[in-house]
Amino acid sequence: MLEYSISIKYMLIGYSAILVVLFIYIASLFVRWRNLQRDLNSLEQTGKKG
Amino acid sequence: MKPQPVALKILNVLSLGLFLAALALVFLYAPLEVTMNYVQKIFYFHVANAWVGMLGFVAAAVAGVIYLVKHDLNWDIIEVSAVEISLVFFLVAILAGSIWARPSWGTYWTWEPRLTTAAILELVYIACLLLRQGIDDPDRRARFSAVYTLLGSISVPITFFSIRLFRTIHPVIIGTGSASSQGSFDMSPKMLVTMFFSLGAFSVIFVTLFWHRIRLGQLSQVVDQRKMEE
Repeated sequence: MLEYSISIKYMLIGYSAILVVLFIYIASLFVRWRNLQRDLNSLEQTGKKG
Repeated sequence: MKPQPVALKILNVLSLGLFLAALALVFLYAPLEVTMNYVQKIFYFHVANAWVGMLGFVAAAVAGVIYLVKHDLNWDIIEVSAVEISLVFFLVAILAGSIWARPSWGTYWTWEPRLTTAAILELVYIACLLLRQGIDDPDRRARFSAVYTLLGSISVPITFFSIRLFRTIHPVIIGTGSASSQGSFDMSPKMLVTMFFSLGAFSVIFVTLFWHRIRLGQLSQVVDQRKMEE
């Protein structure tokens, strides 16, 4: 049987890895959306000035 | 760009709720496995992430076929969205599996059939996204990508069945696996409930993120069109 301390350590590392990767991806979706929206707004403003 | 539809807002809340509920089931409801105890709890999210990863690669192949038939660039957006999200989920499955393997097998990685085919699957689709970057013409890029994901999808069943077809140390929890498998365990009814709930929860999370990624692709298309008009 695996020692509890070792088992808990790897379980925590495993779930941390899962949460970190998913969080980074969701954050990247948010950042990319915000940047594109900013690009679109500046393009629309340039179009209005032109 | 239109604001988020009500259905997507509902999916956002539902996804978060299901994710928290799945975590609660894993840590508060599922019993401790006798041999591996706590580290076995990685299994529930490992399997769920692998499941949605493979599902997305198949969805990408279907979107690719529809693009080849209809030549509508919206299907290219759907296809690349499925590939990107599946890569993330499959990477999570590989990482979680490696961390689980360390105390179970004594190593993070070994070139046995399941791990090897999973690594190839991930690399095949990473290459897809990289190669797309090298093609400027949207129609040519979409055509290439559609054929690529269709051919790449062959590696999905190979990865899935690798633990059932080859001699491997990767455990087969449902069904019969190789006699050489290490880290296998019997599923109690509570473990089964937790596993299937996690599969369902991650399927909903996949759909939600997929929808968000498709909207991002559509917004990117609008921005590119505006830039061309300038």
